Amino acid sequence: MPENKIKIGLFIPCYVDQFYPKVAIATLELLEKLGCQVKYPMGQTCCGQPMANAGYERDTIATTRHFIRIFKDFDYVVAPSGSCVLHVKEHAPVIAGMEKEQAELHDKIFELTEFLTDILKIGNIKGSFPHRVGFHASCHGQRGLRLSSSSELHQTPFNKAKQLMVNLEGLEWVELERKDECCGFGGTFAVSEEALSIQMGKDRLADHQEHQVEILTGGDMSCIMHLQGIAKRNGNPIQFKHIAEILNEAIS
Amino acid sequence: MSHPIQAAEFLQDQAKSKWHDETLWFVRDKRDKISKSVPEWENLRDLASQIKDNVLANLGSYLEEFEKNAKANNIHVHWAKDSEEHNRIVLGILKEKRCKAIVKSKSILTEECHLNPYLEKNGIEVVDTDLGERIVQFLNQAPSHIVLPAIHLKKRDISEIFHEKLHTEKGNEDPDYLTHAARIHLREKFLSAKVAITGVNFGVAETGEFVVCTNEGNADMGVHLADVHIACMGIEKIIPKRAHLGVFLRLLARSATGQSVTNYTSHFRSPSPGKEIHIVLVDNGRTAQLARPKFKNSLKCIRCGACMNTCPIYRRSGGFSYESTVPGPIGSILSPGIDLQKHSSLPFASTLCGSCTDVCPVKINIHEQLYEWRQEITKAQPDRAKSLAMKIANGVFAVPFAYNLSGNMMRGALKILPDSITYSGLNTWGKQRDLPELPKESFKDWYKKNRK
Repeated sequence: MPENKIKIGLFIPCYVDQFYPKVAIATLELLEKLGCQVKYPMGQTCCGQPMANAGYERDTIATTRHFIRIFKDFDYVVAPSGSCVLHVKEHAPVIAGMEKEQAELHDKIFELTEFLTDILKIGNIKGSFPHRVGFHASCHGQRGLRLSSSSELHQTPFNKAKQLMVNLEGLEWVELERKDECCGFGGTFAVSEEALSIQMGKDRLADHQEHQVEILTGGDMSCIMHLQGIAKRNGNPIQFKHIAEILNEAIS
Repeated sequence: MSHPIQAAEFLQDQAKSKWHDETLWFVRDKRDKISKSVPEWENLRDLASQIKDNVLANLGSYLEEFEKNAKANNIHVHWAKDSEEHNRIVLGILKEKRCKAIVKSKSILTEECHLNPYLEKNGIEVVDTDLGERIVQFLNQAPSHIVLPAIHLKKRDISEIFHEKLHTEKGNEDPDYLTHAARIHLREKFLSAKVAITGVNFGVAETGEFVVCTNEGNADMGVHLADVHIACMGIEKIIPKRAHLGVFLRLLARSATGQSVTNYTSHFRSPSPGKEIHIVLVDNGRTAQLARPKFKNSLKCIRCGACMNTCPIYRRSGGFSYESTVPGPIGSILSPGIDLQKHSSLPFASTLCGSCTDVCPVKINIHEQLYEWRQEITKAQPDRAKSLAMKIANGVFAVPFAYNLSGNMMRGALKILPDSITYSGLNTWGKQRDLPELPKESFKDWYKKNRK
């Protein structure tokens, strides 16, 4: 546990702020329950990922400078999103004159589950969540931040989200057929390659359904927004929750 | 046509696209299993990547060493700066030998150079001898995959084309029967060809030899029956030492098909008495790619095809959707270097999921290069930029983009607008997906009320 003086800046991706406030609230409450001092800087905006992935990294300089200014004084920055964290770490353009702050930010920004397992050193969380849960590994979290082992690599299997959830009372962890296949969201891909995006989403949903998943969870709401959108349109009864919601509910 | 249009078309036949996805996933799964049976797999990948770093940093001197040693072995060495020169050189040799029909095996490079139509235009019969290649040649198609050229076809399609071309029984789809028919047909071609063309998997600088890896043995059959062997090799296929084959051969077949080794690994070092070996070393845009720091290590590729098998896009859109000789993720970083305009949609035909990078036996950072190509393409093509921006603006990202100005307004608008507008043709997101339900307030608003 960090001492009280350690300050955490809560980075809430813009679309989570707008569409999924409950995920942001769950993240905040969870961190607070775990003894952290958390502040949400009100001036934060989009990190620039949608623009950069669409080929406009060069147009995100102002956004990035703003982001560094907003978060530079925290000890840690934590976000309920692997994808946005990866963007800040790997794809934000270099800001002249702020190299030091940017390098520090690179090392102190964390996706929620890795912050819990690697910084707070939480082995497993005590609580109860009696549901059959399927986990969707977002690619940016998984292969970008290495939040779980890749099926392609010859490495000892691990999964930070599983580590946090698997010992919750009553939780049934589901092993999927294709445990780390992309859901087809992909940012602008979701609209520029709509046909493929939908097919990939349907295929992912089918894998969860065939394994009788009750609640599909993950670390990135962007993937879940896409999967949920397809599920709803097709009358698929599967439920969706961000992992922060599950952990927060489980503890209370 | 751009990739999204081609992909949508491929997906029209749901049963077939599902089959295509599952078939390639099966190959990927086989690769996973066999790669995990090699304890030092990740070390091999590191080593292979480092050997290729060395090759790319010293390409000129390794090529000269290769040329010197190959010549000492009585191999004729030719240099081609582009596909036209490559094709002219090959035709020149054929004319000199008065050769009217050739057999060919295992060469994606000759596909890249469009050698077949060039030779046919000049009155030469070209027979691709590898079964999959022969099938697509019968159909006047290009390979849709660099290792599994006819993977887009099913048994029924092959039975039909064989019935037409080889007069096999109508409706007989038995693979053994069809393969036997192909074998008889090809044997005749092998026996009558004076010149055989092959590709090259590895050229060894130290010895001047080259190595061709095949499963069907057609390269050997063609070469040993012909008087002249022409080997066409991209200049990046060079490796410094024979010992390095111990790294690459272990990676190649396992990555490609999940086999421990290809059925035939043929070393060609010097011609038999009375015969000739020619090797054509082809640049065709490779040195230009080498000069691009962000993209040069795409030249490490050993053409195993693993990135195609693993790619969730390729598996569901098929090789033809890429409209480039090398399809899939690796093709999407090689092709824009050859023709940026033509291949500008390819780096966007990806979710940047990174599976290609993790599967690559020589550790090419494929998905990062896709990202970098996007940055180049938006600079070169302002038009594309505009249309993409519109799509985004019309999609769900409208909210983040309008963040500072009108977050609340946008959420308000989405609530008020009738579904017919939200889900109209303009809104690509909403065509086959629901939008998220809109909350009463943003997190920001909640935070103001609930925390100091």
